[in-house]
Amino acid sequence: MAIEVRIPTILRSYTGGAKVVEGSGDTLADLLTDLDSRHGGLKGRLVTDAGALHRFVNVYVNDEDVRFLGALDAKLNDGDSVTILPAVAGGAFGFAAAAAIASHAVSTRAAR
Amino acid sequence: MLSIDRSIIDAIVAHARRDHPDEACGVVAGPVGSDTPARHIPMDNAARSMTFYEFDSMEQLRVWREMDDRDEEPVVIYHSHTATEAYPSRTDVSFAGEPGAHYLLVSTREPDTEEIRSFRIVDGVVTEEPVEIVDAAVDPNAVQSYMFGQSPATVDYECSGR
Repeated sequence: MAIEVRIPTILRSYTGGAKVVEGSGDTLADLLTDLDSRHGGLKGRLVTDAGALHRFVNVYVNDEDVRFLGALDAKLNDGDSVTILPAVAGGAFGFAAAAAIASHAVSTRAAR
Repeated sequence: MLSIDRSIIDAIVAHARRDHPDEACGVVAGPVGSDTPARHIPMDNAARSMTFYEFDSMEQLRVWREMDDRDEEPVVIYHSHTATEAYPSRTDVSFAGEPGAHYLLVSTREPDTEEIRSFRIVDGVVTEEPVEIVDAAVDPNAVQSYMFGQSPATVDYECSGR
């Protein structure tokens, strides 16, 4: 089953410069494992050592942010389109505090 | 070097002043490969914070798709620091995910003057670059001998050497 995946500029070094690649999987985690078998290292840029989706990327299935679809457990279907974008964030605050606030913001948005 | 039209800088500064003391953020899109910032897109700061900014992920998807459709890319990604200098924080460097973009910072800590600085952030390495503000209304190549006594067509902000 083919799922189209749009790759941002910063990760195209893993896809030989390709902007769009295809993969397969029943969940986002399966898809990333499948992609990593052909584009070694890509998964490590998207998933942390603890097995969670990285804060530095946004991943969308069709028009939805996967953080609201179960993140790596998000279900995929044939013909879905997955878009990966670098998250744009920052600010004057220290990183640890900023990350704590951001994850709190995501969890409170998800809880709404 | 970042070369940018004065009207765009004015719009960015106005956005930063409007959202002060919260941080403001946005993008200036330009044709792919042109390195020319042309279309100012103010973005919501989803964090609504004085010390942190974050694009709303759904707004970002819309804007990035629109740029893709128009053969544009994010030439400038800007945000404001509202109580500190216009220099990338460790958080800014951690998140910097557009190696081709100019990261423009505006500090609004002084009420009357803005500090405007631009950086490349690639693989965690920050490099400051000069900012050239261009008055599009004045053709800098035209009638240069008439420039005496007139206001200059460009103003260069040199790097501070830090």
